[in-house]
Amino acid sequence: MSDDVMVLAEAVHKSFGRTEVLKGIDLSVRRGQVVCILGPSGSGKSTFLRCINHLEKINAGRLSVDGQLVGYTERGGRLHECKDSEIAAQRREIGMVFQQFNLFPHMTALENVCLAPIKVRGLSGADARKRGGELLTQVGLSDRMDSYPSQLSGGQQQRVAIARALAMDPKLMLFDEPTSALDPELVGDVLDVMKDLARSGMTMVVVTHEIGFAREVGDDLVFMDDGVIVEQGDPREVLANPRNERTKQFLSKVL
Amino acid sequence: MTSDSASTDVAKGAPEAIKAIPVRHPGRWVAMAVIAVLVAMFVHMLITNPQFHWSFIWDNLFTPPVLAGARTTILLTVGAMVVGVVLGIIAAVMRLSPNRVLSTVAFLYTWFFRAVPRLLLCVMFGTAGILYQHLTLGFPFDKQLGDLFGLNVDSTILTVDMNTLLSGFMAGLLALGLSEGAYMAEIVRAGILSVGDGQAEAATALGMSRGLTMRRVVLPQAMRVIVPPTGNEVIAMLKDTSLVAYVPYAELFFNYEAIGSRTFQIFPALIGALLWYLAMSSVLLVIQYFVEKRFSRGRTVTGTGIRLAFLNRGKPSTVGGADV
Repeated sequence: MSDDVMVLAEAVHKSFGRTEVLKGIDLSVRRGQVVCILGPSGSGKSTFLRCINHLEKINAGRLSVDGQLVGYTERGGRLHECKDSEIAAQRREIGMVFQQFNLFPHMTALENVCLAPIKVRGLSGADARKRGGELLTQVGLSDRMDSYPSQLSGGQQQRVAIARALAMDPKLMLFDEPTSALDPELVGDVLDVMKDLARSGMTMVVVTHEIGFAREVGDDLVFMDDGVIVEQGDPREVLANPRNERTKQFLSKVL
Repeated sequence: MTSDSASTDVAKGAPEAIKAIPVRHPGRWVAMAVIAVLVAMFVHMLITNPQFHWSFIWDNLFTPPVLAGARTTILLTVGAMVVGVVLGIIAAVMRLSPNRVLSTVAFLYTWFFRAVPRLLLCVMFGTAGILYQHLTLGFPFDKQLGDLFGLNVDSTILTVDMNTLLSGFMAGLLALGLSEGAYMAEIVRAGILSVGDGQAEAATALGMSRGLTMRRVVLPQAMRVIVPPTGNEVIAMLKDTSLVAYVPYAELFFNYEAIGSRTFQIFPALIGALLWYLAMSSVLLVIQYFVEKRFSRGRTVTGTGIRLAFLNRGKPSTVGGADV
């Protein structure tokens, strides 16, 4: 396994009860790469993303982040389940942004950003607030630090959510349809923040329907359907000349 | 353009306010008249019926036994609610734990104490002193284990006389607190379940532990659902402390009954107790309103706040709305 690989998935399977959602996903994401995952709803793309930080447990295959198996340790040729505290330690290194933002409604924007750095990383309140202020400025919300989520628009909430994830200094960022719940005119601001982040060298896995974003900043595009990857390659190439029939069908509907 | 220029001008500025004839509501006036008559009859009865002995009620309203009883009632209410809330949170978190043993224990606890009447619990705790003379704290089964190995073991750390420990006050406090914990567990559980899964998920994704997620993210939000029924529980508890009279222990109701039977003014004594409970409950209602407001921080104030909205007249009813 090369040092260069941030996420490595090998034959990842996941079932909910009898329904098999992931039917063998092989994917490698290199450090600094932006991988966009496209596909119809129900294709398993969000589930795969949630497996990467162990919000979902995989049933078969291997999945590692930065050379470390997710949720397991391997000792003497056998897998041992990680303790909750060990899994939490792994998740600290992986930021996640949700479709529904999931900001903590009882805290201001700044408090949302500072909670985990203070309580989990052990930062002092002053240091956390300083860093939180910088991050909120970076996402263009320097004037909304003391607003509660209910006082912010969807786009602003999602940018706070991105700042909250970045406050843990993650080495990998996961985006689960970050713009799907937003009004069309608010999508641009969020995508701009994500583009800046991509250009700064952050490793990102983005489940999205934003074809333009994939074309502009994606290094790799993955098209998923029915629990498998059906096509993968350079986004400009795949979007212009899709080879797989299902990719063609999907793109003809969304483009 | 000439003929309708006047109306266009009006349309450009503010249009004239509507002056319509309002709908008549004769039913409201009839209802008001009927109720006014009934209220007048009731007040007349209160004043003219000599059995009330208003002067007796007034003279006894602030006598030492009454004040001592009221103080005990307040202490019992606060104490039993503290015990109840703490037990309730523990039981609710246990109930939702993935550990089956913990969730079963929590279920059995809530089942037992919700199934047994408080009055029975109060009387039983009052007489529980007959079960044990002393309460000893030490290693479990120390004597039995010692006998097994032929040793004379005594690991007793602390011995308390049961009759001292379960004095009337403690017996009442435990009976009400344990019972309350079972009800609070259900309220807290409902509150925790009302918080969306996404919240715990976001906290988990940030690397926060289960306990931290519960304390900092889920419970503070659950409070919005927990606080209103808890306010009702406090008011219900204030009234249920009267059951402690049967432990027996001298709280407000006990002392008023004593006054009544000593002076043969039984009914006026009950009216005195009624006035005290009425006054104390009313104070709690006002406190409940402000506490609810505090816990709705970051949300718009709706529903539960409306009942006492007059306290907040003239202030905006929302903490803040979306402004973009």
